[in-house]
Amino acid sequence: MIKITDLEVRIGDRVIAQVPSLEVRPGECVAIVGESGSGKTTTLMAVLDLLEGATVTGSIDAFGTDVVKHGAKDLRGSRIALVMQSPQGAFNPTMRLGVLLRKALAKHGVKGGEADRRAREAVRDVLLDESILRRYPHEVSGGQAQRFAIAVALALGAEVILADEPTSALDVTVQAEVVAVLRRLHDERGLAVLLVSHDLALVSAIADHVTVMKDGRVVESGPAAELFANPTSAYTRELIAAVPTLPEADHAEG
Amino acid sequence: MLKADNVTLGYGGRPVVHDVSVEVTEGGVGLIGESGSGKTTVARALLGLIKPMSGAITYGTRDLNALGRADRAAFRGQVQPVFQDGSEALDPRMRIGSSIAEALDAHHRLDRAARDARITELLESVGLDPALAERRPHQLSGGQRQRAVIARALAVEPDILVLDEPTSALDVTVQARVLDLLASLASSRGLTYFLITHNLAVVDRLCRTSQVLFAGRVVEAGPTRTLLTRPAHPYTAALRDAVPKIGGAPPKAVGKVEAAPATEGCAFQRRCPLATDVCRTVRPVAREVAGRSVACHRAEEVVGGQISGAQGG
Repeated sequence: MIKITDLEVRIGDRVIAQVPSLEVRPGECVAIVGESGSGKTTTLMAVLDLLEGATVTGSIDAFGTDVVKHGAKDLRGSRIALVMQSPQGAFNPTMRLGVLLRKALAKHGVKGGEADRRAREAVRDVLLDESILRRYPHEVSGGQAQRFAIAVALALGAEVILADEPTSALDVTVQAEVVAVLRRLHDERGLAVLLVSHDLALVSAIADHVTVMKDGRVVESGPAAELFANPTSAYTRELIAAVPTLPEADHAEG
Repeated sequence: MLKADNVTLGYGGRPVVHDVSVEVTEGGVGLIGESGSGKTTVARALLGLIKPMSGAITYGTRDLNALGRADRAAFRGQVQPVFQDGSEALDPRMRIGSSIAEALDAHHRLDRAARDARITELLESVGLDPALAERRPHQLSGGQRQRAVIARALAVEPDILVLDEPTSALDVTVQARVLDLLASLASSRGLTYFLITHNLAVVDRLCRTSQVLFAGRVVEAGPTRTLLTRPAHPYTAALRDAVPKIGGAPPKAVGKVEAAPATEGCAFQRRCPLATDVCRTVRPVAREVAGRSVACHRAEEVVGGQISGAQGG
């Protein structure tokens, strides 16, 4: 669905992201991990054609369209959806979430009973109660807002979700719930996800394929299980070692 | 020692933290909880920034809220805050060296040469190049800024640091280095930490004992290792099981994590997979179970591992 080849993003003379190859196939969760300044978000924004003031070369094939040449206007908000760290700011605060969702559907020509049906179904798909459609953005929690953002993407027919640190503003228990929703959509509906995160443990829990970036370059890339079990680059090993770990649970009697 | 005794804390007459007791003892004390649990309110009270609605906060033998001006200044020298976003504690217009000098001047009278030597020493003690004294906060990286905040806090030679999510705004490799720094400072300078965080691994690293706060009440308290390896409260277990692990099982979401705390019976009942009738009507009181204090009617079953198989609703 998305295939990046020889992507290079520059601002002036400075290369801020260079990705020789990265592919997201249907039903796959692909993650880009890295720290601040690694180029991970830049890569994601390049796929959405949302980089301003940067020079982009190479090719990004998204559903048969080369985004670098032709832009992503027709794909954004339909087949490709963006989910950000804190979606609440992106929702119009004066509109109930249901109204907001129906307006978005109307833009895609979906109206009336069909719009209602899609809205309810999408909300149920992310394990939210339908009553959320009657609430205003400020009346829902961060985790609910994030799941609603995913529901909007689903209702609009997204086949791939581009998620930029989707859970890093959430409590760990709420994060677990959002992760459960993403895994379920991935397992049951074949939804593809391109996830950008600094959290290796989170990535290890949901990604099929991982690309590690540092200072704009890809340092390592491979199937998640393999990459975490046998990292080949020193930087990946450093990242893994830096993750603070919990002591093992102990359920012995007595 | 710094101590809160059965304090109830709130704003505008509305309590948000109920009957919390904390003793900031050697080895460090962690306060664990999610956003909205009231943990920052407890930290503010221990810093003397808010007055308890009931109960007392004492430092040594003195009530914090009955301190005179001179004693209050001395207290501020002994208990220093380090907050999540280092940039807040540093004046953006001031060079790092001047920020540290300001803290030094508040407590010692040093001549210029001695002061500069002390600034160099402080920056080196947190692993920063002394040349950074000439920079302003925005010219530093997040990790450097947080180290500068720690250096500034150390300038007054405190006994206690109150740390509020000290590493959660940092990149993972930077976080690891700042945690190493805090761990080594604790032993080299005899510092004691009161740490508030949602990150269980960070507490495990820096605090020998911990308390878990849910909806403004302590639900479990005891040795950190005991709490994390064999939790006795379903909330502690839920927090632990939700943490993703590299190569481990996917994080578990147990129960309705966003259900509002109950006002009658146990506050956690709506999220609890083990809740029964008694949980709905009787508020559990803290009692000793398997080496820690826990406020749960079914703590024995949780310690026995029954929560692991329980399904959330």
